[in-house]
Amino acid sequence: MDRPLRLVAANPLDALARTLESLLVVASQPLSVDDLAEAAADDGERVETALGLLGERYREGRSGIVLEEVAGGWAFRASRDAAEACGRLFERPVERGLSQAALETLAVIAYLGPCSRPEVARWRGVAVDSVVAGLVERGLIAEAGRESGIGGAVRYRTTPLFERVFGLESLAALPRLEELGGEDGEIRDRLEALAERRPA
Amino acid sequence: MSVRELELDLDAFEGPFDLLLTLVLREEVPLVEVDVAGIVIAFVERLAEREELDLDACGEFLVLVASLLELKARSLFGDEDGELEELAPEEAAEELARRLEEYRRIKEAALWLAERLAGERDRFFRLGPAPLAPPVERRLAPQDPALLAAAVRALAAEPPQVSLKHLELRFPPVTQFLERFRALLKRRSRFDFDSEVEGLSRIEQAVAFLALLDLCRSGEISIDQVRPFAPIRVAREETGRSEEKEAPWTVRSA
Repeated sequence: MDRPLRLVAANPLDALARTLESLLVVASQPLSVDDLAEAAADDGERVETALGLLGERYREGRSGIVLEEVAGGWAFRASRDAAEACGRLFERPVERGLSQAALETLAVIAYLGPCSRPEVARWRGVAVDSVVAGLVERGLIAEAGRESGIGGAVRYRTTPLFERVFGLESLAALPRLEELGGEDGEIRDRLEALAERRPA
Repeated sequence: MSVRELELDLDAFEGPFDLLLTLVLREEVPLVEVDVAGIVIAFVERLAEREELDLDACGEFLVLVASLLELKARSLFGDEDGELEELAPEEAAEELARRLEEYRRIKEAALWLAERLAGERDRFFRLGPAPLAPPVERRLAPQDPALLAAAVRALAAEPPQVSLKHLELRFPPVTQFLERFRALLKRRSRFDFDSEVEGLSRIEQAVAFLALLDLCRSGEISIDQVRPFAPIRVAREETGRSEEKEAPWTVRSA
C-alpha cells in the first residue's frame, strides 16, 4: 500500500499543496491555476508543481477523492470505484434524458459556437428553439452576445459545466470534426451514381 | 376534389392546406417546421380513397408542393438566396452533398458526445453555485466625537425653506405692450426696440417682442435689423393701417 504523503511543514511546497487542497474542497466549480495562485498568494508555476503532488495523492485507486483537470481548471470528484454508492444517494441531473436532437444541437454549438439558433437550424435542417431552450435550462449552453447588426439573433456557446459533465479538459479536447466518421465522400458517391443513372 | 381543402394534421399545423399556404406566405407559420412529406402523405391517402384519378387536382398539388419545397429549401439555405438561383444542377448536387456531409459529421460528433457521456456516467462531482466572494471590509478612520456630534447636529437642523420664486413667473399681457407701442408710434414714426425695452425683465422683453411681431403681422409697423443681434429698428408703416387692408408680412429681417 502506498504510504500517505508526508507533509513536512518546513517544505513550503507542502504548505502550498495543503492550501490548494483546502481551496479545492471548498470550491463547487473547477478552479484555474490562476485562481489558485491568486488565492494562495503564490506563483503559478509552484501551484502547478503542488497540483502534481496532490494529483499523485488523489488519484483513482488510491483515494476516494480524485483530483482531475477539467473545464479549464482543477476540481475534486468522487472516485469511479464509488460510483455505484454515489448513484444511490445522488444523480447527475444535467444529462438525464438528453435527446438525440439535443446532442446534435450541443455538437453544433460545441464545434461551431458561438452560433445562433438559425445557424444551428441550418445545420440540422429543422427548427431548434425548444431544444436550445432546454439546453440553456440544463446549463450546458449559455448566451454569448448577438450576431452583428440591429436585432441580431442571440448566439450561444457551451458552458464550463458542459466540459465538466462530459469530462473534457477544454473544448480543444473534442475530437477534430474532420476526423469523425471517416468515410468521406460516401454520400457524394451515392449522389453521383444516382445522377449517372438518370437519363440526360 | 379540391387540393386547397385538403385537411392536414401535422405537428406544426392542423387545418386545410389552403390556410397553411396563407400562413406560410404571411410568415406566421415557420416553414422549417412544416413536414412537407406529411402533406404529401395526406394527399396520397385522399387520392387512394377515390376511385378515379383527378388529374387537375394532382397537377395543382404538384405545383403547390413543389413551390412549398422550394421555399423551404431557400429558407434552410438562409442568406444564400441569390446564389441558389444561379446554381447549375451539378453544382446544386455538389452543394447538397457538401451539406449532407457536414450534417453527417455533426451526427458523428453527437454520437461521440453520447458515448462520452455514457463513459462519464460514473464520475460524480459536487455541483452548485460558486460560494460568494468575501465582502470588502471597509475600515473606518478614527472618529472624533465632537466631529460626529457636529455632523448629527447638522442633520437634525431644520432644512432651509426652498425658494419657489422661480415658479411664480409673471407674464404681462401682450396687449399691454401693443397699447404702449401704438401710443409711442403716434408720437414718433420710428423707435429703437432695444432701448425701449431696456431695464425690463427677460419675460417682459419676450412679451414685448411678441407684441412687436403682432404689430408687424397686422401691417402697422415694419421691422429692420442690420445684422443678427444688431438693434431692432421699428418704423411706422404709413400705408399699412390695419383697418384699411390685410397687410402681407413685412418683416425684412427677423
